[in-house]
Amino acid sequence: MFDVEKIRQDFPMLVKQPELIYFDNGATTLKPQCVIDAVTSFYTEHTSNVHRGDYAIAATNDRLYDGTRKIFAKLINSDPLEIAFVHNVTAALNQIAYGIGEELREGDVILLTKAEHASNLLPWFRLAREKNLKIEYIETDSQANISVESFRKAMHEKVKAVSIAQVTNVLGSIQPVKEIAAIAHQYGAYVIVDAAQSVPHMKVDVKELDCDFLGFSAHKMCGPDGVGILYGKKELLEKLSPIFMGGDMNARFSSDTNMILKNAPIRFEAGTPNIEGVIGAGAAAEYLMSIGLDNIHEYERKLRAYFIEKMKKLDNIELYNPDNIYGPVAFNGKGVFAQDAAGWLASKDIAVRSGNHCAKILHEIIGTDQTIRASLYFYNTKEEVDRFVEAAADISLENAVGIFF
Amino acid sequence: MANSLLNDPEILRELIMDHYQYPHNHKLTEDESYASVHMASDSCIDDITVQSKIRDGVIEDIRFDGVACTISTASTSMMTDLLKGKKVEEAKDIIGNYFGMIDAKEYDPDVLEEAVAFKNVYRQANRIKCATIGWKAISQMIEESEKDA
Repeated sequence: MFDVEKIRQDFPMLVKQPELIYFDNGATTLKPQCVIDAVTSFYTEHTSNVHRGDYAIAATNDRLYDGTRKIFAKLINSDPLEIAFVHNVTAALNQIAYGIGEELREGDVILLTKAEHASNLLPWFRLAREKNLKIEYIETDSQANISVESFRKAMHEKVKAVSIAQVTNVLGSIQPVKEIAAIAHQYGAYVIVDAAQSVPHMKVDVKELDCDFLGFSAHKMCGPDGVGILYGKKELLEKLSPIFMGGDMNARFSSDTNMILKNAPIRFEAGTPNIEGVIGAGAAAEYLMSIGLDNIHEYERKLRAYFIEKMKKLDNIELYNPDNIYGPVAFNGKGVFAQDAAGWLASKDIAVRSGNHCAKILHEIIGTDQTIRASLYFYNTKEEVDRFVEAAADISLENAVGIFF
Repeated sequence: MANSLLNDPEILRELIMDHYQYPHNHKLTEDESYASVHMASDSCIDDITVQSKIRDGVIEDIRFDGVACTISTASTSMMTDLLKGKKVEEAKDIIGNYFGMIDAKEYDPDVLEEAVAFKNVYRQANRIKCATIGWKAISQMIEESEKDA
């Protein structure tokens, strides 16, 4: 039984800041007590490095750290050895682009969309500039949705990699990754999924999607900062060159520069990792699974529908994704600069993000550089939506400037 | 303060709105004798260009254009009004007082005229960048002009 009031009690931020309406979950999420406890107990009860110590506490941390792979494997239906811990989804996507880049030749094409976050554009842009590759964009509708037909049209023999967000970060467009992967694989192209805005909110099954690589960040799913999950099909991970060289990821090396690296996933974890972060991320994944990703998805979908219906009724608001059924609500107050409107909302204890949300070519789809993004999570409530909409109804230039007096 | 109207928050709010909706000196020139500074890297959002013509120790002209929030636009617009035609030494005094106000330190409200509208910005730390973007641009150009001299 999904009980939002009970769930809210798990989050100290919500208990300690009862007036705060936190609708900036696309940026980062609040942390439940169980995650905080998992992190702090590492500091107060069992600090050590991993994969290096011969004492009991070190063994405990090896078990907890490597054991977290099993938790994430369960979350996305992979093998534990297909889960590498990196710093965030950005690191995961950079690693993937770097590794795949070795195989690409001049004239090869990378297929993206204009709705992608900088982290799923710039690693590919750099690669394209270095190796004379071509970037092409899959056509989307005005709310950034890819149709299977438009993908089929975009796909051709030169395309070697397709990299897309499963749920886009501003408009919440849900892309048909499974169908896209099936088509792309007929051409032998890699399929890479930025799952930063999907894994926290819905059941994601990498076997069902049949994607080749996938990345997401723990902090967007109630976990600590500084932990990203890099998933890759086992045989592909074993072929991928690591970006970072250093401790733990090597098996042996000699003065003549010969080196033997460890197998995946450790090969992608050079240096001391964010051990407490990974353990905390595991606690977060278990917490989400205990509530049920399907329950979370269903609750958010209904809450978002309630939210957007109320926003549609406001004359002073322009909506950019009213027809999408999921994800953030992207809007502007008519005639009010997004950051000014966000300032007005902040004066009402409402946290949102304004600007371009790192999706700096999305304006080519929606025609504006600036939006306010209100992004929900499963601990948000209808009462919060009501209060939000009341404040949104009062977004005006006068009120936005009025906060300074 | 000399002008008591500038103590009225309603008036100050109107001033900011007015400078945002109808910014002054809001057109760039192609004239190559102007110095130019593009301010876009400080934040994700604001993207403005400020131009100035500084000759013989006098700021003869200031212009700007770009996409920016009310605070950035209005503060830059007021800056152009306030510093245009001033001697560099006077301008530096005004700029010093403006940054003093923004940093919640002592300042002389009389020399700032309308720009006192931004006296409360220090309370919203995330907007300090907005209220200073145009002022930083002109400061850079004054510094450059002094190097050249």
